[in-house]
Amino acid sequence: MRLPLEWLRDYIEIDMSAEELAHRLTMAGLAVENIEKVENDTILELDLTPNRGDCLGIINVAREVAAITEKPLEIPRVKPDEIDEKIEDFIRITIESDMCKRYSARVMKNVRVEPSPAWMQERLLKAGIRPINNVVDVTNYVMLETNQPMHAFDYDLLEGKQIIVREARPGEELVTLDGTRRELEPGMLVIADAKKPVALAGVMGGESSEIREGTTTILLESAKFDGISIRRTSRKVGLRTESSMRFEKGVDIGGVVQALDRAAHLLEILGAGEVVQGVCDVYPHPQPETAVRLRLDRVNHVLGTDITPAEIEGYLRRLGFPVEVQGSELVASIPSYRPDLAIEEDLIEEVARLHGYDNISSELKPAVPTHGYRTDYQIFKDRLLGYAAHRMREVITYSFINPRWLDILEVPQGHRLRSTVRLANPFSEEQGIMRTTLLPSLLDVAARNLSRRNEDLAIFELGSVYWPRESELLPQEAPMMAGLVTGKVPGGWQGKGGEMDFFFLKGIVEELFARLHLEGVKFNPSVPEHSYHPGRYAVITAGDRIIGSIGEIHPLVLEKLDIESRVCAFEIDVNQLYEAVSRSHHQVRGISRYPAVKRDLALVVSEEVNAADLAETIKKAGTDLLIRVDLFDVYRSPQLGEGKKSLAFALTFQSYEHTLQDEEINRIINGILEKAGEVFGARIR
Amino acid sequence: MHNKLEQIAKEAEEKIKAASNLEALKNCRVEYLGRKGEITAVLRSLKDLPPEERAAVGQAANRVRDHLEELIESKTQELNARALQERLMQEKLDVTLPGTPRVYGGKHPLTLVREEIENIFLGLGFEIVEGPEVELDYYNFEALNMPADHPARDMQDSFYMSDQVLLRTHTSPGQVRTMEQKNPALPIKIIIPGRVYRRDDDATHSPMFHQVEGLYIGERVTFADLKGILMLFAQKVFGQDVRVRFRPSYFPFTEPSAEMDISCVICGGIGCRTCSNTGWLEILGSGMVHPNVLRAGGYDPEKVTGFAFGMGIERIAMLKFGIDDLRLFFDNDIRFLAQF
Repeated sequence: MRLPLEWLRDYIEIDMSAEELAHRLTMAGLAVENIEKVENDTILELDLTPNRGDCLGIINVAREVAAITEKPLEIPRVKPDEIDEKIEDFIRITIESDMCKRYSARVMKNVRVEPSPAWMQERLLKAGIRPINNVVDVTNYVMLETNQPMHAFDYDLLEGKQIIVREARPGEELVTLDGTRRELEPGMLVIADAKKPVALAGVMGGESSEIREGTTTILLESAKFDGISIRRTSRKVGLRTESSMRFEKGVDIGGVVQALDRAAHLLEILGAGEVVQGVCDVYPHPQPETAVRLRLDRVNHVLGTDITPAEIEGYLRRLGFPVEVQGSELVASIPSYRPDLAIEEDLIEEVARLHGYDNISSELKPAVPTHGYRTDYQIFKDRLLGYAAHRMREVITYSFINPRWLDILEVPQGHRLRSTVRLANPFSEEQGIMRTTLLPSLLDVAARNLSRRNEDLAIFELGSVYWPRESELLPQEAPMMAGLVTGKVPGGWQGKGGEMDFFFLKGIVEELFARLHLEGVKFNPSVPEHSYHPGRYAVITAGDRIIGSIGEIHPLVLEKLDIESRVCAFEIDVNQLYEAVSRSHHQVRGISRYPAVKRDLALVVSEEVNAADLAETIKKAGTDLLIRVDLFDVYRSPQLGEGKKSLAFALTFQSYEHTLQDEEINRIINGILEKAGEVFGARIR
Repeated sequence: MHNKLEQIAKEAEEKIKAASNLEALKNCRVEYLGRKGEITAVLRSLKDLPPEERAAVGQAANRVRDHLEELIESKTQELNARALQERLMQEKLDVTLPGTPRVYGGKHPLTLVREEIENIFLGLGFEIVEGPEVELDYYNFEALNMPADHPARDMQDSFYMSDQVLLRTHTSPGQVRTMEQKNPALPIKIIIPGRVYRRDDDATHSPMFHQVEGLYIGERVTFADLKGILMLFAQKVFGQDVRVRFRPSYFPFTEPSAEMDISCVICGGIGCRTCSNTGWLEILGSGMVHPNVLRAGGYDPEKVTGFAFGMGIERIAMLKFGIDDLRLFFDNDIRFLAQF
């Protein structure tokens, strides 16, 4: 809201600089966001909070200034001089909808429509409103002054000497002042004459009854419409005006007629016309006076202050509220222009802001002891995130995705990932559904980075996916962690790098599990249902719990994304992982006093044999004395034979009870060879 | 005989001194002290001497032998030291060459700031609570004193799933959810970090962003406590020198309400583009919990009071890191992320 100070001075003396005034207003709750110097004047730009719509009227800002500076207020209270003709002979007003709380009108005769005087035009321009003619300018001037929107009709163009405030009927239309034909519908409040709508109530007038050069008789409207209905209508027709905005925020029902009188009076002194006697004021349910009780000790109880009863009373009086003290409490009568004040806390805020928030001390008092802590689950999630961030860059992406992603990932129809939570009013289809997997988000980030030639990526996200739930309003939100790698590990001048491939990523995932002391993790070769390379995909389990999956992204998926390099990704269900980690019994042991013995063992098996299965068999056959099985080489050659490979393991044996003898170890190794031969047809190389 | 010994000793001494490597030294030892060495020969020939000479010559020969042993030993050490020194010099590295590159990651800047905020409040005895992102209209609006058609709902244009379900527009719904859950326990001291969503998308707005909500309810929690805790918070995040001010504002779920400003971290309060020349930056909204909200959570506003606050993590991160485009956080360009 633009506030020209020269105009404000009409109502209150200001004996401080614009900067000082701006500061005082800001600290009292009317934030000044800009100070603009113009020729002979300064304009303050107010950023008003929604509860202070009243301050869209300059007089109400003056009231605030008066409360802050304790200077006297001068509000023009005027009655126009009236001619003998009576308004009853001109107009009959009926309100047919409770969306109109009050409607009042005056009629003026012998009107001369001409430009308004320069001073008025200047003030309007400074406040941001374009001057039109004296009649329209006065309605706008009074609106800026009092916050009461007004409208002027060409009386002669109204049919049947009637104003009916009613809802629009199906099929009715109205050409508004901006020249647009608008289709009306029930629920929209209109001002109608005997036959047709002539204005969209509180939003914009109609072209048919517009004030024009030849207009001689006018009807001035000042009304109070229900803010919610005006807001709905304004949104529906896509038209937000100075008027509709004010009705939405609420105008002063008690000031409707005063504003009308003020406008008539102004037109009169401008010599624009003569005022017909009387006001036609329809006010079906006059609003009762509001009185709010305030317990004096409650103020300090809430604020933590020592403000005296006299000070409290003083602050409220400065705001112009009649106050009556009754023992330990007071009752303040709330003027109708302050509908935001309804309960005790509202008055406490008024006291606090006039007292000055700066004058309330800040306390750090020892309170009831509380323990600030993270839950086990929160600690787990923080650790998981921290470990992942050792090796990968964390990204944060939107929780909604384009549903088209499910097609890109080749997710089959009817698959669980396709059961999604859909937004009813997304910005665009790009953000149409809540994600059921983090893969699209990571692939999107990867594609964007690759297109910018950021070719080496190791990224992850910890975020939720959303599953609709039968017979529940809210979906299930399941935290997931996903990671993605592509490109190369920078090798440096020593050339020690390598591909960030499947095994690189698997190493990262294994490190995560190792740091979390999760034992018994298996990477089970599986057939992917979507997204992944059919020969490079594993489901990750811990015990009988599925905790995630890992694989290389299918080349056809990458092709659709214009990604040319290989990409690998994993996804882990954080809650399943948490359960698995909580149940995994991690044991710490002392160090054996007896030496460890290392033996290498290379076994030739056919290609189909999985390394992990063979290692598992070795471990089982190796008894408790076999404490480590480390695969260190995979070798293929014509000598080994077609479809064969050699897997070399480093075996570590150690006892906690005695020094191991060669014969003992040889016996165990023979056992291992026997078992591996039996199960996998393995032979020693 | 003595003369001969002396001569041998002199000759040997010179040879040992002249030995330039361990091999030459070894040869010296063989030549003089070995089984067929000259000193050994002298010692062996003792039996041919007349008995009265034996002892003296024997002693002399042993002295010479010990002396030569010592010389060889010290020469060996010298040569070893020299050899080591030579090897080490050959192994010299250009230590200015870069180290082996490691693949390392890092946390997203918004995570770093969230953790910093969490740690401050954990230290002040607050618990961390999470709530659903897909939320009921009831908790997001109604329970927070924003009934249907409340104009303040406009300030937060929302993404809806259905009439009753929406993406939360702020982390505040966690207030009443937590109160319901903890009732009648007191005090309640919680923060609620998380993702929030609004139908806004430009350089200063993102349809998804992050907030941290705070709630402190107790038998005598005052506006002065609000100021004390939030000022401490501001100083922890932005430094001891930061100035803080509170000014009246409006939120439907607090009364009185306050906006907390900090002195501009860019210009120090003189006025610049970031602070629109005011010298102040809006950092968080706060206020005393509205009685209707306390009631919605099952608490009696006559018996308990409390304060609540909410802040945008992006806003704080932008100020801390001097970033002027919000979209960088969600663009996830690795060149940006790698700076944290």
